[in-house]
Amino acid sequence: METVKAVQQAEKAKKAIRMSGAEAIIHCLLAEGVDLIYGYPGGAIMPVYDELYKFQDKLTHVLTRHEQGATHAAQGYARVSGRVGVAMATSGPGATNLVTGLADAQIDSTPIVCVTGQVPRHLLGSDAFQETDIVGISTPVTKWNYQITKAAEIPEIMAKAFYIAKSGRPGPVLIDITKNAQFDELDFVYKKCTGVRSYKPVPKPDPEALQQAATVINQAKRPYIVYGQGVILGQAEAELKALVEKTGIPAAWTIMGLSAMDTDHPLNVGMVGMHGNYGPNVLTNECDVLLAIGMRFDDRVTGKLDTYARQAKVIHFEIDPAEVGKNVKPDVTLMGNCKETMALLLPLLNENSHQEWRAEFDKKYEEEYAAVIHRDLKPEKPGLTMGEVIEEINLASEHKAVVVTDVGQHQMIACRYAKFKQTKSNITSGGLGTMGFALPAAIGAKMGAPEREVVAIIGDGGYQMTIQELGVIFQHNLGVKIVVLNNDHLGMVRQWQELFFDSRYASTVMTNPDFVKIAEGYHIKANRVTERKGLKAAVVEMMEFDGPYFLEVVVEKEDNVFPMIPSGASVSDIRLK
Amino acid sequence: MEKQWFTISAYAENNIGLLNRISGIFLKRHINIESLNVSKSEIEHVSKFTVVVFTTEDWTRKIVQQIEKQVEVIKAFYHRDDETVYQESALFKIKSALLFDEPQIQNAIKESNSKIVTVHREFFVLAKTGRRHEIDEMHDRLEPFGIMQFVRSGRIAVTKAEMPITGMLEEFKLNNN
Repeated sequence: METVKAVQQAEKAKKAIRMSGAEAIIHCLLAEGVDLIYGYPGGAIMPVYDELYKFQDKLTHVLTRHEQGATHAAQGYARVSGRVGVAMATSGPGATNLVTGLADAQIDSTPIVCVTGQVPRHLLGSDAFQETDIVGISTPVTKWNYQITKAAEIPEIMAKAFYIAKSGRPGPVLIDITKNAQFDELDFVYKKCTGVRSYKPVPKPDPEALQQAATVINQAKRPYIVYGQGVILGQAEAELKALVEKTGIPAAWTIMGLSAMDTDHPLNVGMVGMHGNYGPNVLTNECDVLLAIGMRFDDRVTGKLDTYARQAKVIHFEIDPAEVGKNVKPDVTLMGNCKETMALLLPLLNENSHQEWRAEFDKKYEEEYAAVIHRDLKPEKPGLTMGEVIEEINLASEHKAVVVTDVGQHQMIACRYAKFKQTKSNITSGGLGTMGFALPAAIGAKMGAPEREVVAIIGDGGYQMTIQELGVIFQHNLGVKIVVLNNDHLGMVRQWQELFFDSRYASTVMTNPDFVKIAEGYHIKANRVTERKGLKAAVVEMMEFDGPYFLEVVVEKEDNVFPMIPSGASVSDIRLK
Repeated sequence: MEKQWFTISAYAENNIGLLNRISGIFLKRHINIESLNVSKSEIEHVSKFTVVVFTTEDWTRKIVQQIEKQVEVIKAFYHRDDETVYQESALFKIKSALLFDEPQIQNAIKESNSKIVTVHREFFVLAKTGRRHEIDEMHDRLEPFGIMQFVRSGRIAVTKAEMPITGMLEEFKLNNN
């Protein structure tokens, strides 16, 4: 026995390399296939940055101009590529600046790993310089977090961090590393994590539930699909398309599900939710079976829960057991990755076309077109609309671009009108509604998919929340196209003030700087459009330009986004004006 | 839905920070923790959280789902009082003189099935284990004489039904290897 042990130890010693904790962190990242990280250095993370300097041929570090930008860039990268995004920051303020991005990644299930430096172990809890309890602070907004205080813990914990971030329902993980653990040495051996005993990332599909679901769907007269980001995260786009095409069931996207299916697919009927399409919302309350695929019944989707799809049998395709019955009680629950459950379900389903039922969506679309869409896309008034800008981008990009949006009116308009042929093309802050998301997320998106055109569409409010990231675009010459739809207002809040607060525009009017000059200050080619006649040419010029480009479009100041489900109203009470 | 008492039991890895993560779930939903106990469980290296809440079954179910979702939680359950065997413990510190001067205190000790843990010249300590109302009764009986210190533990509970945690851990092991 002893000889076996001795041989094993000798084997281990052979593989193990003595190195510092800081160097080990780099080797962990490399072992996980990371070649790009976003971050900002500072005192408590300096040993790791020193190693980054030595490894710059293998690992690119992008210095964002604020740590929040690092998290959103990591998110944009993760969302467009399906890989884990990585952000790094120092202790104290560096770490607290990550919190918004962590919360955004948590609510939108985005796999990112954030590494923060921490004061040395012997100073923990002493209110040392730049000490914050980032593990305590980040607990509610991370899928998992951990504080490493010994160098020897690094390989196992980093492996676990990546495994947890990307498995099951993905999410953000924060690893806080004390400075002594970065300096101290360890015998480095890396083993990828393949499981954590208390954690079951993907539940097994239940054959009985699948049979039950098939029976319900096959008997349905007015079945309806609402799909969310679960389809994209589960890489289940082909399965969704096959299911939709075989059964003829009309399908609508949630804001996070957008681009999982070609927007021009005849069975892709539009967007659900507060500013979604008319038919998809109203008909939610007229379908007899609702297939909720990889979505979580967010309140912006359901409106008033008591009146949401009460007539329908609900089939919930869900990977996260905590989502089942959280908002809507399903009649049948299909646990598991929806890629697997849809594939198992498909052979059990009958072919169908549901033409009469589908025609109802067409009819509702015509109503919406007459009342809203025509006005948005082909306006007759002099002022530019956000919708027509999106339409020009659709034309110029041939539906192939990645569209990154911020939060507010422009986001709703983009998610209503942007056209997509390819999945993972709609990058937006859905659950958290983080203004300032788009510019840094577009940086990540462009670096995650350099071969693709990336268009960031941002309002004048959100743009100024992370405008400093123009520095990154300039420094790395990233061919991001930035479109600011400028209405000199915080448009969405102003719209609510107009509709629900008797037009008392409290702090929503903005006096803006010269955005073109600012972009030019960063040596980014810039242009401004104020009239319709210049719009098309300006968009085409932007899209054809090789390199970063900034386009400001001055749009109508007080346009509203319709349709709209007023807060707390039922989906069937959606207003066209 | 009507509010009731529920005992939530969670089996989890014994890791720093998990208590914060679990208590945060109650905080986020503005639900008060009526009592909390963390101890080792029947399984080596596995801790057991016992949390008592007074809320609706719907909320309790959602909380349990959220607790179980945490990476380091193996399994969480909730039970109604009639499905568990549960107790709390209390300690009373009382002046020793009263033990000799007040025959009612001696009766209270005898009748309540409580135990004298220690007797000093100045004070003695009484331990009482039982349901919350039994401890409250004891407290009410002793209060008129003066209680120097009083403390009560969180609820601890075992379920009448089986807790299949060991099997679950075996399954995790099989799936991961």
